[in-house]
Order: sequence, then C-alpha cells, then structure tokens
Amino acid sequence: MKKGYYGQWGGAFIPEVLQATFADLNRAYEAARADASFWQEYVELMGNYSCRPTPLTYAENLTRHLGGAKIYIKREDLNHTGAHKANNVMGQGLLVRRMGKKRVIAETGAGQHGVATATMAARFGLSCTIYMGEEDVARQRPNVFWMEKLGATVVPVTDGSRTLKDAMNEAFRDWVSSMDDTHYVIGTVCGPHPFPEMVAWFQSIIGIEAHRQILAQHGRMPDRVYACVGGGSNAMGIFQGFLDEPGVELIGVEAGGLGIDTGKHASRMVEGSGATPGVAQGYKTRFLQSAEGQMLDTHSIAAGLDYVGVSPILADLGEKGRVRFASATDREVIEALSLAMRTEGLIPAMESSHAFVQAIKEAPTMRQDQAIIINMSGRGDKDIFTIAHAFDDPSWKEFIVKRAEAYR
Amino acid sequence: MSSNLEQELKNRLNSKPILLMTHLVLGYPSLAVNREVIRQMAANGVDCIELQIPFSEPIADGPVILKASQESLKNGISVEECFTFGQEMAAHYPAVRFLFMTYYNIVFKYGEEAFLRRTKDIGFCGTIVPDLPPEEGQTYLATSKALGLAPVQFFTPTSSEERMREVAAQGAGFVYCVARRGVTGQQTTFDDNLDHYLARCRRATDLPLAVGFGISNRADVALLVGKADMAVIGTATIKLVDAQGPEAVGPFIAGL
Repeated sequence: MKKGYYGQWGGAFIPEVLQATFADLNRAYEAARADASFWQEYVELMGNYSCRPTPLTYAENLTRHLGGAKIYIKREDLNHTGAHKANNVMGQGLLVRRMGKKRVIAETGAGQHGVATATMAARFGLSCTIYMGEEDVARQRPNVFWMEKLGATVVPVTDGSRTLKDAMNEAFRDWVSSMDDTHYVIGTVCGPHPFPEMVAWFQSIIGIEAHRQILAQHGRMPDRVYACVGGGSNAMGIFQGFLDEPGVELIGVEAGGLGIDTGKHASRMVEGSGATPGVAQGYKTRFLQSAEGQMLDTHSIAAGLDYVGVSPILADLGEKGRVRFASATDREVIEALSLAMRTEGLIPAMESSHAFVQAIKEAPTMRQDQAIIINMSGRGDKDIFTIAHAFDDPSWKEFIVKRAEAYR
Repeated sequence: MSSNLEQELKNRLNSKPILLMTHLVLGYPSLAVNREVIRQMAANGVDCIELQIPFSEPIADGPVILKASQESLKNGISVEECFTFGQEMAAHYPAVRFLFMTYYNIVFKYGEEAFLRRTKDIGFCGTIVPDLPPEEGQTYLATSKALGLAPVQFFTPTSSEERMREVAAQGAGFVYCVARRGVTGQQTTFDDNLDHYLARCRRATDLPLAVGFGISNRADVALLVGKADMAVIGTATIKLVDAQGPEAVGPFIAGL
C-alpha cells in the first residue's frame, strides 16, 4: 500500500512549498523510529516528567453500581498538564531537538494541546506560538492564561468558524514561511503523513502499558476497550495495545452533541452522521461537509471533540469493522461525569466522559467475569469554568459574579 | 509533454516581452463585479485569468483571498455557478486563456474526471490545485493530459533542482513559480535571490515560467522581463476592487 495510507484514507496533500520540509520530517521520524534508544529516552522522560506509567484503576464502586463487567480505568488524566496530549508533545519535542529546530507552533481548540505544547517548549527551551480560534480564546481564558505564562505567544484566529480547524489552517500558513527553524506540532492523529502515524506511535505508550496492566490485574485480556474520538489520538493510543488481540472489541465514542438527528454534532463515523469522504487539512478522511465539499460547523459540549475530520487510521479501522463507533450526547456526558465523580471520586474531562457514557450503557449487559477498560484521556477539574457552566451551578455563578464585581 | 496552452503562450511571447495572468475569487464581491473586472482585464490584453472556486479551508492563501473566499461562500456561491459563469466568460473572451484554481476537495467531491471533463467542455485550458502534489495526483494528471488540459505544477524557493525537474515533467501548460515562501499576498522583495531562483527554474524546464505571489506594480513586472514568461497578479486586483471599485482595474492592468 502507498505510504501514509490506511486503506483508502490518509495521504499527504501538501502544498509544494512544504515538500522539502516533509521530506526532512519523514527522515527524522523514520530515523528516530529505527533507533531503540529514542523510544527509551522517551519512556524515561515521560516517567520522570509526566507520571508514567499511569495507573490502571479498578473502578470497584462503579462496577458494583452497574452490576456487570469489571470496569478498569486507564488514568491518562494523571499526566502532567492533565491529559494524554502530553505524550505526543513530549515525543515531538524530542524529535524537534534532534532536528535542531528552535521554534514550535501548534493549533489548539479548547487549549489542552496548546498548554501541553507550551509546556514542552518551556521544558526544551523552544520559542512557541499557538494558534487558537478567536471564539475559543474567548471561551477558554484559563488555558490562554497558562499558555502565556508558560512563555508562548497565543494568536487568536479570526477567520472561518474561528475554531479548531481554522487554527490548524493558520498554523499551516505560519509553517509555509517559517519551516527552516520551525516545527509544527500537530496535536492529533490527523493531518498529512507522517503525522497520523507519528502521533499514533507516541500515543501507543498508553496501550503498551494498559496491555501489561490488565494482564497483571485481571489475568487476561479485557473484553472491550472504550475511548472517545475527536481527532482520535487517545483512542489510537490505547487501541494499539489491543489491535492484535482479536478477542478484544474496540469502541470509539464520538460527540453526539444535541443528537445525531439534529445535525448539531461532531460525529463522523457513526451511522447517520452525514460525514462523507473528502480531502482537507492535508489528508483524506471522512469529513462533515456539504455535497460540494465545504466544511460544516460542528458542535460538541467537549471542545476537544469538536472537529470536522477524524484520524485516517480510525476511518480505516472503522471501515474494516475492527473498531465499532458509537456517539454520546451532551446530556448523557454530564450524567456520566456525575456518576464517575460520585461513585469513584474521579473527574473525567468532558471529552473522556463520552467514553464513560458508552461503557456505562454496555457494562450492565455483560457478565461479571468479563472486563472492560475505559480510557480516561484527561481530567476535568482543570476545566472548572467549562464544567461548572455545563452543570449550570448556581453557587458557582454567584461566585463568578462576585469576583467580577471585585475586579471592576 | 507539450499542451495547447504551452504552445499558445510561447507564440504570444514572440510578440510580447512578458505575459500577464490575473486572478479572481469567484463570487467576490459578486459574480456581477467579477464579470466587469474580467471585461476590463480582457480589454487590456491579459493573457490568462485564473478563476478561484472558493473552498472553506484555503490553507495556501493569505488573508486577502481567505476573506474573499469566505465572503463568497457566505453569499452562497456554488461550484455549479462557477462552471456556468466560467463558460460564459470563456465564450465571451476567446483571446483569454482561462484556468480554474481551487483546492482538491472541490475537485474530489465533484468527481475528479467529471470536474476535469466539464472544465474542458466549457472551454477552459487548465487547472491549478495547490494542495495536490504529483504524488497524490496521478489520476488527475493523467486525466488532464488525456483531455488536453494543463495541470499546472509549482516550483518554490525550497524546491531542489531535482524536485523541480520531477515536478515539471508531470505538469503542462506552464509552471507556477512561487516567488517566495508563505501564503498568497505577502510582499516580496525582488533581489538577486530571485534572479538566482528563476535561473534555477529555467534550467529545470522548457515550460513557460509564471511568477506569482506578491507582484503589485509596473516595476515588479518590468523586473521579470527576460527572466520569466508570465507575471501573476493575484491579490493586488482584489485589493484594488475593494478600495476603488471594478472600474479601477482597466487602468491598473494597462499600467503594468
């Protein structure tokens, strides 16, 4: 098969001006991949800087509450900066150091990947520019605050729908003039080759650990593994630990928004989503787009899932039937988040709560000797403004009003 | 491979020191204004016009064309209207060579072969698709050539001579030489580096060289004489129409 393709999906649809940059990146990536000491350095860095290996927590109370399969939770929330995003940025940071580049740029939606990239840049002594849709800058002030405090420049993007995809376009526009000293740290398993493959490689650390951990704790493979899917990096991360185990069912959970039939969602893989094959942002996948190929606005309560495309690798695994897709609505997400907090004292991010929704639906239908893993890709407590807003919490609102008054 | 367009441009170069190609975003500010602008361009002897079919994610374009594309889409432009309008223009101005510029998703969604066939049928002579490198565009290249359309390829300052030769061998019509890095519409300082770059481009191909991105005045065009075959005026006319209306285009083109 052609390089960078997964079935009919993927590729590298890049302007000619970036051809040489991608050739260099491919060389650096392939050399790193062939060098066992690179991976070792990466694992050591993540152990020393980001709490790896993250635990696989047996959710005893939630298991009892639902009365079916044993539920294990992979704790990517315990990474530094609070999500699996750290795995990818630290890996790419090591690669940037090898390539000798001095500056990194990144796109960010809600700001998680932006904060992770700014953190990596600070740690590696790189200068850093983050592109973020104007609308997201307004909605996610706390993350903008952290990026700036970490030394990054945050550029609000005022074009298009002023969200994640527009930030990605703008980062590309920076890169076509700055590529000599700049690396573009794409945050997910999307974009032109080698990004999907490379980001999936860095995130595979999740699945490698989970495979070992479930064997140690449960004595055998799990029956099902659940992960939320925006671009798809946390899902690819954990799925890779089980792709070669035919008995393990893999379930990707997309953003159902207000409901698939309302059209206000960000699901690309589930039946009825309306997504069709297309080529944008440098790769071929299923996009939410018009019949003529113009990208549509998407909706999700979780900014990290609010994206028009999906990983070409997951598009292929879905098409082949290796990964089953489901979707969770905004309302279901809030309920699952509440249940996780009350039964286990865990605070999954809104994105990760999508995976909880589907697991909570299915666990009671399974036998007690079966086991499932939920990938908790990030923690929610750092998103207090977003989550408190979603809960429409009266005392929180009162606090914000009082604080605002004090700042007047 | 020599196409009709390549031969036509070479013939014109026998009587002119340098050719001119202009650019418009279809539907911005409206097809009616596009029509007037094209009339003035044609009256002032423009050789080629690239008509850009708007796409929602134009990653190779800078702020001016990006905004124009968005406005046009907001006003509801469709690919079908672009074809109909293009057909009208090609019929009206037989001396002008028309090309579509767009992103690959527009071609892909229409159906690659259907898009190219229709482009040929309405009297256009080629297409410019900046996010479709030859590695991804093998069927696009083959179908274009079978139809006698020019699939225009790009040289950039970052292209090695080996890469230039490889790319040129797959293109037809002319080669679009990007004069500098970055996106459309940024200012270019023309200096010795440009001469160097264009000399490299010239060595890599016999196809006519069109130089674009950032050319905005007579001095820029004059500098290219003898080094390139066609000057590309992109965002300059869009800005001009925004600031002074379509009637300013004629004198501007005449002044180049």
